[in-house]
Amino acid sequence: MTQNETFTVNQMKEGQVGKIIEISGGYGFTKRLHALGIRSGKMIIKVSSMFKRGPVTIQMGPVQVAIGFRMAGKILVSLEEK
Amino acid sequence: MKILLMGNPNVGKSAFFSRITGINVVASNYPGTTVGFTRGFLKTTQGDAEVIDVPGTYTLDPTSKAEEVANEMLKDGDIVINVVDATNLERNLYLTMELLERNIPVIIALNMWDDTVHRGIKIDLERLQQLLKVPIVPTVAVTGEGIKKLVSRISQAASPSIKKRTHEQRWSAVGNIIEQIQTISHHHHTWLEHLADASIKPLSGLTIAFIVLFFSFMVIRFIGESLIGYLFEPFFKVIWSAVMMKLSLAFGSEGLLHDIIIGKLVEGKIDFVQSFGLLTTGLFIPFGAVLPYIVSFYLVLGFMEDVGYLPRLAVLLDNLMHRVGLHGYSIIPVLLGLGCNVPGILATRILESRRERFIAATLISIGVPCAALQAMILGLLGKYGWQYILIVYGTLFLVWIIVGAILNYTAPGFSPELLIEIPPYRLPPLRIMLHKLWTRINGFLREAIPIVFLGILVVNILYVLKVFDCIATFFAPIINGLLGLPEEAISALVVGFLRKDMAVGMLGMLSLSAKQMVIGCVVLAMFFPCIASFTILTKELGIKDMLKASGIMIISSITVGALLNLVL
Repeated sequence: MTQNETFTVNQMKEGQVGKIIEISGGYGFTKRLHALGIRSGKMIIKVSSMFKRGPVTIQMGPVQVAIGFRMAGKILVSLEEK
Repeated sequence: MKILLMGNPNVGKSAFFSRITGINVVASNYPGTTVGFTRGFLKTTQGDAEVIDVPGTYTLDPTSKAEEVANEMLKDGDIVINVVDATNLERNLYLTMELLERNIPVIIALNMWDDTVHRGIKIDLERLQQLLKVPIVPTVAVTGEGIKKLVSRISQAASPSIKKRTHEQRWSAVGNIIEQIQTISHHHHTWLEHLADASIKPLSGLTIAFIVLFFSFMVIRFIGESLIGYLFEPFFKVIWSAVMMKLSLAFGSEGLLHDIIIGKLVEGKIDFVQSFGLLTTGLFIPFGAVLPYIVSFYLVLGFMEDVGYLPRLAVLLDNLMHRVGLHGYSIIPVLLGLGCNVPGILATRILESRRERFIAATLISIGVPCAALQAMILGLLGKYGWQYILIVYGTLFLVWIIVGAILNYTAPGFSPELLIEIPPYRLPPLRIMLHKLWTRINGFLREAIPIVFLGILVVNILYVLKVFDCIATFFAPIINGLLGLPEEAISALVVGFLRKDMAVGMLGMLSLSAKQMVIGCVVLAMFFPCIASFTILTKELGIKDMLKASGIMIISSITVGALLNLVL
């Protein structure tokens, strides 16, 4: 994986670190994520994902947020070294 | 003067509120504990002030119902105490920025201050105060540290009159501040953090969830049964029974007044289930049968809430909840509903869409028996054998899934996906847990005793007037024909509208077979909400949707009762 390729949060593996490049969703969706502090430029670590397209948990600084599978698919990241 | 307590969800506003006003409100470790609002009073140097515990909000640009409430309340506040989670300063300061743009004096409580130390977070308080131009006081609401100091500085609350900015500008301002005042040194994962991570990964998480739920069930049973066996039953059977027999003799062992106060004697003795007098059954149901399970249930639930386990359970159960048109977070209203349907239905406000709130509230009323009802079912049906209790719970669970699945397909609207903050695990101080338990027990007793007393009084009068006989004849085809219950069971169903625990107690008077008892319990659990839940259901859903929900309840309870009658 090269660093400039983009992935969705769903495609990240557990423990991988990424930087949010883009949130591709409607206004309401972006607003809800922004409220939780999830926005472009933030570094995230993928903590876990439940099977069968269950929610994905990411860590951002001290905060963990669980995000539904489809929503997580709209968050694009570039992978970073740990 | 009106003081508003505002801040992000789960930063300790409710604990803070209890501290400064002395009023007990329920605080937990998950976002959204407060969905309505609570008022209290505080003596300040400038006289009495009204304090309002506003529901948590991430932004003043509302994204949920609770946030709308918060936004509305801001309009008529005089001072804001902005409660900020010191361990998560960056996200919390966004709301602070928005508040500072409004024309209202703000004082900041930098809460959970003690946690910053072992998380390796250093905050330059002086500098932060200079940058924000409002007073800042570090606090620890659960222990009370810093609260007095904060109250003494309320009069210094300031409004730096910043002009309105876009949210990019706000975030960059926050970023700027954080850079100047906060340093985070690396710290190793504590055991709690390791456990936190394990409980949200699929395999280890589901294993932990299974263990947690199994142990919770065992602990609830153990504490409940022990309280009954060693404390409440001996008290009622030995001491209270003797007192009541003396009183019964004084009344001449019979007569209308005797029957209302003491109840009917069964084979010359008092039977706390069957006698049905105010001082016998009226005290036994709330204290002897239900209270022990209320204590044990809320002790266990309170522990799980305060530790912060519930949001993790929400993530693990998300898939299951999607089948019934909800997302994982609705497990919280459901669990609260297992204590009492009223707070359960109220808690559906944490869900975003109207459709979700309708489905969740209906499912709670129909398939989630409250602790009082469960205690009576355990007590009365347990005598016939554990397999019957399993049938009741199994049926209710199936009904819950099936009705949920049907509502998922038929209810109009859209159910959004899960999006929640997962709080860190925290070990709650014992004192705080016991305090919360007491608040809930107190609430139960205040709510239950008057209604049980009133119910017993009304039932006795209706018996004397033979009203039940008339209703019984009218409904006989349904009760007798479809459900296979004796006609007199209608009185229990009617009383179920007042309180369901009392209604099960009335089934206990009818000497039913095990099968009839199972059907009676299931129908009672599903049939119609008790008056308290009914009121709250009307308030939360509006009359139209409440009627819809009630229709679903009546139809499905009779269907399920009739099916059980055929199958068992």
